[in-house]
Amino acid sequence: MSVDTAVPAPARVERRPVKRTGGSGRGVAEVVTVVVAGVVAFPLFWMVLTAFKPEDEIISAQPRPWTLRPTFDSFVRALTVQNFGRYFVNSVVVALAVVVLSMAIAFLAAAALTRFRFKGRTTMLIMLLVVQMVPVEALTVPLFFLMRSVGQSVPAFGLNHLGSLVLVHLAFSLPFSIWMLRGFVAAVPVELEEAATLDGASRFGFLWRVLFPLVAPGLVATSVLSFIHAWNDFLFAKTFIISAAENQTLPLALQVFVKPDQNDWGAIMAGSTLMTIPVLVFFVFVQRRLVSGLAGAVKG
Amino acid sequence: MTAGPAARGQGRTALGYLAPALLVLGALLAYPVYQLVVISLFDYGQEQVSGGAPLEFLGAGNYEELLGSARFWEVLAQTVGFAAVCVVTTLVVGAALAVLATRVRPWARMCLFLAALGAWATPAVAGSTIWLFLFDANFGLVNHLLGLDGFSWTYGKWTAFGLVAAQVVWCSFPFVMITLYAGIRAIPGEVLEAAALDGASTWRTARSVVLPLLRPILVVVTIQSVIWDFKVFTQIYVMTGGGGIAGQNLVLNVFAYQQAFAASEYGLGAAIGVVMTVVLLAVTLFYLRALRRSGEEL
Repeated sequence: MSVDTAVPAPARVERRPVKRTGGSGRGVAEVVTVVVAGVVAFPLFWMVLTAFKPEDEIISAQPRPWTLRPTFDSFVRALTVQNFGRYFVNSVVVALAVVVLSMAIAFLAAAALTRFRFKGRTTMLIMLLVVQMVPVEALTVPLFFLMRSVGQSVPAFGLNHLGSLVLVHLAFSLPFSIWMLRGFVAAVPVELEEAATLDGASRFGFLWRVLFPLVAPGLVATSVLSFIHAWNDFLFAKTFIISAAENQTLPLALQVFVKPDQNDWGAIMAGSTLMTIPVLVFFVFVQRRLVSGLAGAVKG
Repeated sequence: MTAGPAARGQGRTALGYLAPALLVLGALLAYPVYQLVVISLFDYGQEQVSGGAPLEFLGAGNYEELLGSARFWEVLAQTVGFAAVCVVTTLVVGAALAVLATRVRPWARMCLFLAALGAWATPAVAGSTIWLFLFDANFGLVNHLLGLDGFSWTYGKWTAFGLVAAQVVWCSFPFVMITLYAGIRAIPGEVLEAAALDGASTWRTARSVVLPLLRPILVVVTIQSVIWDFKVFTQIYVMTGGGGIAGQNLVLNVFAYQQAFAASEYGLGAAIGVVMTVVLLAVTLFYLRALRRSGEEL
């Protein structure tokens, strides 16, 4: 992970150097693989199954891995009792805003950190790594007070508003995004930039028309992680959105069904299913990009 | 070298590109970190927040209180132990499955990756509740299969920690597996062929050729895992109901949160946050240094 090497990693991943081991060895390996995959996927299967089970089958001492009477009751409860639709939209708005803003800002910063030499560049790179170690949860205290004072002048970014969540997640996803995008920018040959400059492209023209499309796979991979980060947040939504129930996000809505005496497991699982599906779709959709993206990030 | 065509005023252009990032990071990360340190030096409670009482500067008072309490050391030891178990298990599972993935045909690999992506993509809150339900004392499938009806996994300290650790490994091994898999695939075929031609055994190739090439990736993956697992919050908070019975399952992150927002001891909570950051920095630096001594460059 030398700071300066430019390895066109994403291109390399396509190669298949794996030795062909045929016969029974591979058969055993494949059986093990499928069993492991089954175990890993099982909690998700159980979540979806429980979401469709009728109430009496959920709170039964004889849980069965199937149901003959699938029902939407749990979904209806989750969606109506808790105004889930509203929270869903809130979560989407926050996550998308974070993704768009952080990709734009991180792309510019990554370009600056790879394409230019200037004083303090290495220091900045190290700082980006160090700030990822700060436990963001510990920052809830100062951020809470910061957002409270911000809210007094710009209410939209203060406590109880979605803007406050966008701001904090933007800040938390930036260091990682910049660090990751750096590898992708570095993988673009310098000659391309020289050629573009000779053709009369301005610096910004190069950035926008040449670099941006080439780095797009990296942007996709990075945006997934930013999206998930914002989508999953539990703590800041819990801390910042105190009294404005209409601005609550999904992770907290789920907690409403958790009761000390008797959890409403059906509604919790239905809610969890609804919350997991968008991320899952997003993930499967960019799966290939993600694998090469991660390789690019760690090799850059 | 990756520097673009040399030009005067590079620094200024670079600064222009960096400005938005610096603005956001400065206002929302650097400033709060500074504030965190400042708050940790004061007696900052509910009265001070509402303006009912004047701020009292304590200096190292919060830290003295913290370091002097047996409770803090207990939670610190728990946090380190819990993170260590999670990191080691995650790395071992992730690495083993990455190797396995290179040895099977694409359809089997696809199954594994889809399952892993599912676990990875599951939001922490949802993942935690699913696991809680699977291990529920009365209606959980696991107790039913094991014939442990009525046994509560979250009641005992160690079973609760074990359950949370299993959940953490479940959702964090995919990152390790996929990254290492991509790393293994990126090793040029010629290198492996050369090793095979030289008569190296599989084990020998893995140890002397593949492992050194994967070293930089392993470093990144290890550091990331340490950072994530040391800071586990949601899983503990959701699965043990905010830190377990009488706080038996507290880790530093949850402890800090409880001190700040449940007990309204913002100063003390901030001090715990500072201590956590310092510990994490120390661990990472120590690790990087050990690597450098063994001839590895960052």
